[in-house]
Amino acid sequence: MSESPLLFVRDLDAFYGDFQALFGLSMEVRAGEAVAVIGANGAGKSTLLKSIAGLLPARPDAIDFDGAHIGGMPAHAVAARGIALVPEGRGLFASLSVEENLLIGGQLKRPGPWSLQRIYELFPALGERRHFPSTALSGGQQQMVAISRGLMSNPKLLLCDEISLGLAPIIVRDIYARLPAILGEGISLVLVEQDIVQALKATQRVYCLQEGRVALSGAAKELTREAIAAAYFGV
Amino acid sequence: MTDWINVILQGVLVGGLYAMFAAGLSLIFGVMRLVNIAHGDLIVLAAYVALVTTEALGIGPLVSLIIVVPLMAVIGYALQRLILNRTLGEDLLPPLLVTFGLSVIIQNGLLALFTADSRKLQAGDIEVATFKLLEGVYVGILPLLQFAVAIAVIAALQFVFYRTALGRAFRATADSPPVAQLMGLDNRHVFGLAMALSLAVVAIAGVFLAIRADFDPSIGPARLIFGFEAVIIGGLGSMWGTFAGGIVLGVAQAIGAHINPGWQILAGHIAFLIILAVRPEGLFPRIRA
Repeated sequence: MSESPLLFVRDLDAFYGDFQALFGLSMEVRAGEAVAVIGANGAGKSTLLKSIAGLLPARPDAIDFDGAHIGGMPAHAVAARGIALVPEGRGLFASLSVEENLLIGGQLKRPGPWSLQRIYELFPALGERRHFPSTALSGGQQQMVAISRGLMSNPKLLLCDEISLGLAPIIVRDIYARLPAILGEGISLVLVEQDIVQALKATQRVYCLQEGRVALSGAAKELTREAIAAAYFGV
Repeated sequence: MTDWINVILQGVLVGGLYAMFAAGLSLIFGVMRLVNIAHGDLIVLAAYVALVTTEALGIGPLVSLIIVVPLMAVIGYALQRLILNRTLGEDLLPPLLVTFGLSVIIQNGLLALFTADSRKLQAGDIEVATFKLLEGVYVGILPLLQFAVAIAVIAALQFVFYRTALGRAFRATADSPPVAQLMGLDNRHVFGLAMALSLAVVAIAGVFLAIRADFDPSIGPARLIFGFEAVIIGGLGSMWGTFAGGIVLGVAQAIGAHINPGWQILAGHIAFLIILAVRPEGLFPRIRA
């Protein structure tokens, strides 16, 4: 008997009003696994994460997490079950300090390894600036706050939407260098990325989306550049 | 000279009451961008709740706060969860229309239950007790108590907003409702708590209003205007600014009334318009704690 996956997305459709963004999409994430979701702009990557996190409506049985149907559950209830989304563009609370942002992330009080102290060990720059307004930080540091805020809820599954967006390559490398420490705590990870090289290095499996469907999936090491290019651009 | 000291002192002390009218209004607008047109009528509703409580239990109005404050908070939470949450969205108009309707309903409901007769809460000897501050300058104990309570209310709100988990939740939800939900905050509940807190302050304001002067079901809208003016004079988003706004309004009205009793309200509006023209962002806009 094989172990059932932590997250199982089954035949998911998603809509913005009349516009359909996802078409019968299926994917899975096993416990402790890091999965990349790549694809061109508008392929449906962010939509997929928003659907999982409960920000978009979905059929109840379209998303299973930790043995329960969570499709269409309100976002706060999904968060309480152990899914944290690091939203695209970071979405920091501008009127809160760095530490207050982290405390809001931890307000569910789920037990686990992450605390303010652990976060400040992982990202010392944040500890030094804990009382700064979150908007006074550099882009890279703001992204660290966004990731840390997600970790503070001690999730079983962390969803990261384009953490490299708008950041200098050296900063992106710096942030990606901390991912092993995060994954070492047994958390599962879904990385939505435009930066394919980083995404493939950091994960075990990849889904490539194209126009709201899975165009290609497989082990990160086994996919060839040509196959990814074909799935990416649909040529 | 002592004449003017008296006038300004009375104005300052009444300003505390106006600051309490304004604080709940400012809190709700800050957290959920809801302009509560029924705010003044809710103040009057609290006064009637206190009237019924004092008459039924035979207790003084100040003691009745123990009952009126939690009761109004519960009414606020229920109002938000059952009605007002449904009106919130991108559009500012639906909550405006619904609270306007609520204002009409409260006024006419009170009229049907209590008639248009003027009522007043009797607080006993404390109402007329005074002490001599200077030669010819006397301060009423009750206005002074009201002013002290106003300071305590503003300080408490400031503390809740900037020093507690609840305040963090208020500010986070105000910044971005969807991201707040991702953190496990249920917006509907957070908004309910904000309205509960707002109506708890309304309850205190309503009781002091009703001890100070006669009230009847129709006086709510004018309290709403005073509240609005105090918020705008003080600057949006700052509790102590709102407090200062209340005092400016109170002093302006007192000066107006001293020159000519018919000018009391007019003088308040003129002060408001002058500040709006000279400093449209208010006296103390958005000071971070």
